[in-house]
Formats: sequence, structure tokens, C-alpha cells
Amino acid sequence: MDWTWFHRLGSPRWFYEKSSVWLPYLWVLTASLLIAGSVWGLAFSPADAKQGNSYRIIYIHVPAAFLALAGYYVMAISGAVGLIWRIKVAELTMRAAAPIGAVLTFVSLFTGAVWGKPTWGTWWVWDARITSMLILFFLYLGVMALHNAFTHEETANKASAILALVGTVNIPIIYKSVDWWFTLHQPATIKFTSESTIDPSMLYPLLIMVIGFYALYALALILRTRVEILKRERRTKWVKALALGSA
Amino acid sequence: MHPVRKQRLIFVVFVVVFATVAIGLMVFALRENMNLFYPPSKIAAGEAPVDKSIRAGGCVMPGTVKRSGENLDVNFLITDGSADVKVFYSGILPDLFAEGEAVVVNGKLSESGDFNATEVLAKHDENYMPPEVADAMAAAGNAGDGAQHQKTCEVISYDS
Repeated sequence: MDWTWFHRLGSPRWFYEKSSVWLPYLWVLTASLLIAGSVWGLAFSPADAKQGNSYRIIYIHVPAAFLALAGYYVMAISGAVGLIWRIKVAELTMRAAAPIGAVLTFVSLFTGAVWGKPTWGTWWVWDARITSMLILFFLYLGVMALHNAFTHEETANKASAILALVGTVNIPIIYKSVDWWFTLHQPATIKFTSESTIDPSMLYPLLIMVIGFYALYALALILRTRVEILKRERRTKWVKALALGSA
Repeated sequence: MHPVRKQRLIFVVFVVVFATVAIGLMVFALRENMNLFYPPSKIAAGEAPVDKSIRAGGCVMPGTVKRSGENLDVNFLITDGSADVKVFYSGILPDLFAEGEAVVVNGKLSESGDFNATEVLAKHDENYMPPEVADAMAAAGNAGDGAQHQKTCEVISYDS
């Protein structure tokens, strides 16, 4: 098998130049999906029979939580690729993914608390789902802190990649927590193996928001990786030329 | 694959497998403590500690909610389909509290097997539907299916 594309992807300069081409399309895609999804979800989809309008926070809560989990795999897999093949871009992607994941986890915890108050009657409860999600938040912060704790970059990449890999255990725990234990949080609504228990008129905008959040995640990841590339390659000729050219 | 890379790959796989097994065993050992609440069947079986602050959860049995005329006192039965527990509470109930809906109550179990709650939380299910659809489903007597561990209140038979 020809592996040149894989090695080319690993070149920071190639990634930077290629992603400049992708970015405008990704901006348009992200903005249109998020605007369409939120307008449909907040203004046009019907109110819930039991919860009324407060259920609409689902259109932020669920996509943010999805990406907080998926983003962890992005971070851990980039960490593993960086660890095994020493591919620079993968190491930088891992660094870039940590704060994005932390923000998404915070958003899902925060919107969950805001949603919990009117529906459950409490902001916070230490059930398995919410606690494991809080652990995910600390894992993201831990990866960031560990990376910053080392002055030597290679050691920092190695250590934080291993922490990220160990933390992957938490993802299936979060996902299955509502089925394995008695929790206050309800089981999953969107199911992959059977029919989802949400009316289609509410499901479609939710799916658009989920895809929109995936696009937003890709956008944020590429933007942050580009910043990391420029920081790391600041002494190379091509970055200097780029800085002088745009100045 | 280059032998050094292969070695690193084996190391990565080892880290993930080792961490999964270690934490998996820990979670398995602590599985009972991970539960937020006791279902009524466990309370009836005497597995829940008496006079200690615990949580109980179940479906509010329809027709058992009795409110006091003068104050905020209320009592109701919660069930999981195989046993039920009587809950006493004094305070404002959450908006989603209703007969046939799930609740989690925080409080102490008395010697007589009644539950004195200090807090009542509504536990909503994973079903979302517009009011018209809910009415239509109620008219047709249709109910959704429950998850493996946490049955939704619709599938419980309240006759027992």
C-alpha cells in the first residue's frame, strides 16, 4: 500500500496550506447547519407534551455531549498516532483537541444543570452519568495541565498522550452509565440499534444540530491546529515568509 | 511496520487494555455503590439501610397521591412493578411530578418500612413527543419500550 498521503498529512506545512482551502467551505457548512438547526428546533418544532418548552435545551445539550465524547476519541487517537509514528500534526491535533473538548464538556454539564432545575427539581445530583461526565471534564483539563507541566515538548506530548489513552476507559462508562446503574438521568433517546424515542418533528432539527456540532468541532480543531502549527514552526522559513507576506 | 513503531504500538495497546481492565474491575467491584437510588423491591427485601440518608426511586402509583388539605404534606406509593414503598413528604413537588411518572426521593427509611423524604426529584423518561401525539398515544393505550436497566413507567403494570 502506498503510504505517501499519510506521511504528507503529517507535514505541518502541507496541512496548513491545504486547510486554508478547506476552511471557507467548512465555515459556510457549519454556520448554515447551526442556524438552520437552531431556528427549526427553537422556533418551529413543537413543545414537548410533559416538559413544554424547556426541553428545547436538548438542541444544545445533546450535540455538545456527543462531541465531548467523540472529541475525546479524536484527542486520544491523535495522541496514539503521535506516540507511535511521531507525526507532528497528530501531536499538535491532540493539543488542539483538549481545550475544545473541555469547553464542550462544560457546555453539556452547564446546560444539563440549567435543564435539570425546572425538570428534575435540582441543579446537580451525583448520579453515575453526571459524575462520569465531570470526570471527563477533569480528564480534559488534566491533559492540558500535564502538557503544560513539561518544558520539553517531546516529553509533554508523550505524557499527555498516555493520560489521554488511559482516559478512554471513561467514554463507554459515560455512554452506558444510564443502562448499567440507577441514575436520575434518563436513558438514551437517540438509539443506534432500535427506534429513537423522540417524535420525528423534534428529531430532525436535533440531527441537524448534531451534524452542525460535528462541523463546528472540525472547524475549531482545524483552526486551533493551525495556530499550534504556526507556534511550533515559527522558526521555519515558510512561516516567516507567511508572516512577512501577510504583514 | 518499523520495529520501533511496532513496539510503540504494542505499548499503546497495552496501556489501553491495562487501563480498561483495571478500571473495569474497579467499577465492577463498586457497581452497587454507583446506583443513585434503591428501587422499591430492594427496600422491600430489606437491602436498604434503615434510618440512614438514602435515595429511593420508582414510579408514582396512580391514585395513591394524597395531599393534606391544610399544609404541604403529601404521601404516595412508589413502585417498580414488583414492590412498593410509601413515601411521606412535606414541601413543594417539582413541576413534572405526576401520577404514573418516575421520581427519586431523598430521605430516610423508617423501621416500619415507610420512607420519609426530605427532597423529591422528578425523573423524566427518554421519550419526547408533541402534546397531540401524546394524547393520541394515550387514547390508543400505546406505550414505549424501556431500557435494560431502567424501565419507563408506562410499561409497569400497577395492578400487583
